[in-house]
Amino acid sequence: MYYIDLLVTGIINGCMYALMAMGLTMVYGLLRILHIAHAAIFTLGAFIGIVVANATGSLWLAFPAAILLSVLVGILIYRLIYQPLLKHPPFVALIASLGVLLIMEDGFRIAFGENGIPFRYNPYSLATKNIFGIVLNETQIALVLTTAVLLGLLYIFLERTRIGIAWRATEANPRMATSFGVNVLTVRYTNFAIGSAIAGIAGVLVALLNNFVEPSFGAVVSYKALAIIVLGGLGSTRGALIASLLLGVAESFGTVAVGDYLDRDAIAAIVLIVILMIRPQGLGVKGGA
Amino acid sequence: MSSYIVGLVTIAGINIILALSLNIITGFCGQVSLGHAAFYGIGAYATALLLLAGVPLLFALLLSAIIAGTVGVAVGLASLRVKDDFLAITTMAVGFLFLGVVRKLSVVGGELGLSGIPASGFGEGGDAVLVLATAALTAAFSFYLGRNWTGFAFQAVASDDDAARAIGINVGRYKLVAFGIGTALAGFAGGLYTNFVRFIVPDTFGFGVSVLALCMVVVGGIGSTFGVICGAILLTLFPEIFRFAGDYRLLLYGVLLIVVMMFGPSGLSGLATSLFRLRGART
Repeated sequence: MYYIDLLVTGIINGCMYALMAMGLTMVYGLLRILHIAHAAIFTLGAFIGIVVANATGSLWLAFPAAILLSVLVGILIYRLIYQPLLKHPPFVALIASLGVLLIMEDGFRIAFGENGIPFRYNPYSLATKNIFGIVLNETQIALVLTTAVLLGLLYIFLERTRIGIAWRATEANPRMATSFGVNVLTVRYTNFAIGSAIAGIAGVLVALLNNFVEPSFGAVVSYKALAIIVLGGLGSTRGALIASLLLGVAESFGTVAVGDYLDRDAIAAIVLIVILMIRPQGLGVKGGA
Repeated sequence: MSSYIVGLVTIAGINIILALSLNIITGFCGQVSLGHAAFYGIGAYATALLLLAGVPLLFALLLSAIIAGTVGVAVGLASLRVKDDFLAITTMAVGFLFLGVVRKLSVVGGELGLSGIPASGFGEGGDAVLVLATAALTAAFSFYLGRNWTGFAFQAVASDDDAARAIGINVGRYKLVAFGIGTALAGFAGGLYTNFVRFIVPDTFGFGVSVLALCMVVVGGIGSTFGVICGAILLTLFPEIFRFAGDYRLLLYGVLLIVVMMFGPSGLSGLATSLFRLRGART
């Protein structure tokens, strides 16, 4: 039973990573930028969610508000920062992205205070459900279900809709896509909108889980999400999902097995190094959705 | 001179060595590293342990550089297997691995770190002179390396390693040489840091420092020794100059990074070059 509990914890963390990594993978697939400011959008979603929920008393308003603002900021970051820098080597955009992350984190600190804010009313933080003998928090169940639904929708979007097909075409070969009449700009805006929306939703969910958000909320997940998209095979959404779950589970088992010698991040680091040494192109198939 | 100024100069000197050492790996040889702080940390911890064991400072520094360089070559082996962003993330993982190990290792004090490290006996000013002299030596070496055959081979590897291989350059060996030199210098810088603060904790060598070092290189102008020195000085002094801005300091730091990247994507050195060209065109 103990091992099943560990597995479940791992999968829940893996889902959290997957939600973060999905937007990053999409941006990377399209623009080859390590979009580190994505972490700040995640934090933004969490803050907006809490502020709106506390002001209105309704969680159902928190999600749309968080999504709306995350999408807006995501698109603004693309338009103002990345688009002018696309012609330069990728680390230029990476440093600028880091600048955005610092500005936003400090912005949160100034706006909401160093210590962060809790939910005033969070009925889900203590509510638990017993599923086949495993006691789960309702927010944890929501997190897993949301991940499954969002990734399913994303899959349908990429495989079945015109703009999804255009997105994949642009990812594979932007110039060819343009000559076939794909509007690359629309694809990029859609990309940032979807990725940021997922990050915003993830932010609110994780804030609900922790019942709390602070300015550096996104930091831990940000570098781990970077590791995940690389592990997944850069730009491969399927690979990123596998990598997220793998890392989540490896961390939860690893902390029990070798927790006395290594911390959680170091365990993730070892998994990453070993996998990349065996498969230098990551887990996913290149070019696959 | 007040001790505040001496301290600032010392830190700037240490950061110059750190940034130049990363520039050899990332700027000259084109291997982006996001885990440089690990080698800085290895040097710092090695020096701390050696000084606590009573080894004289200069000897401890050299030994630490050798230790960091040896680990660096081992990590450099990864660069033969993975490239570009994959390498950046692998080195980032090395950074977290280092941090995780020293946090839990009781020999190096775990979370509490190492303290009570004996003073060098050179005094505050003497230590600052030592740092500045090493920084000057590193800069001279870096200039020399840039104009030397090894430097040209690095450039060839950086721009296209398949093409470099085709013209008979032993790509793997030069990557390892770049990693070896760069990480050894980072270890030396770490040793100087230990001697300066005489109290080290794991968090001093986290991901943030790796990123800061990369910022210094990119803001200064990747591959340009003079530019990187300017970048290191600018990013070290910037938070001090804007101390009055209090809460808004980090925000300004972010703005600085964005502004430099927007208006001079090839860094300060690129800005200077285009300014000179502009003047040349006018006259």
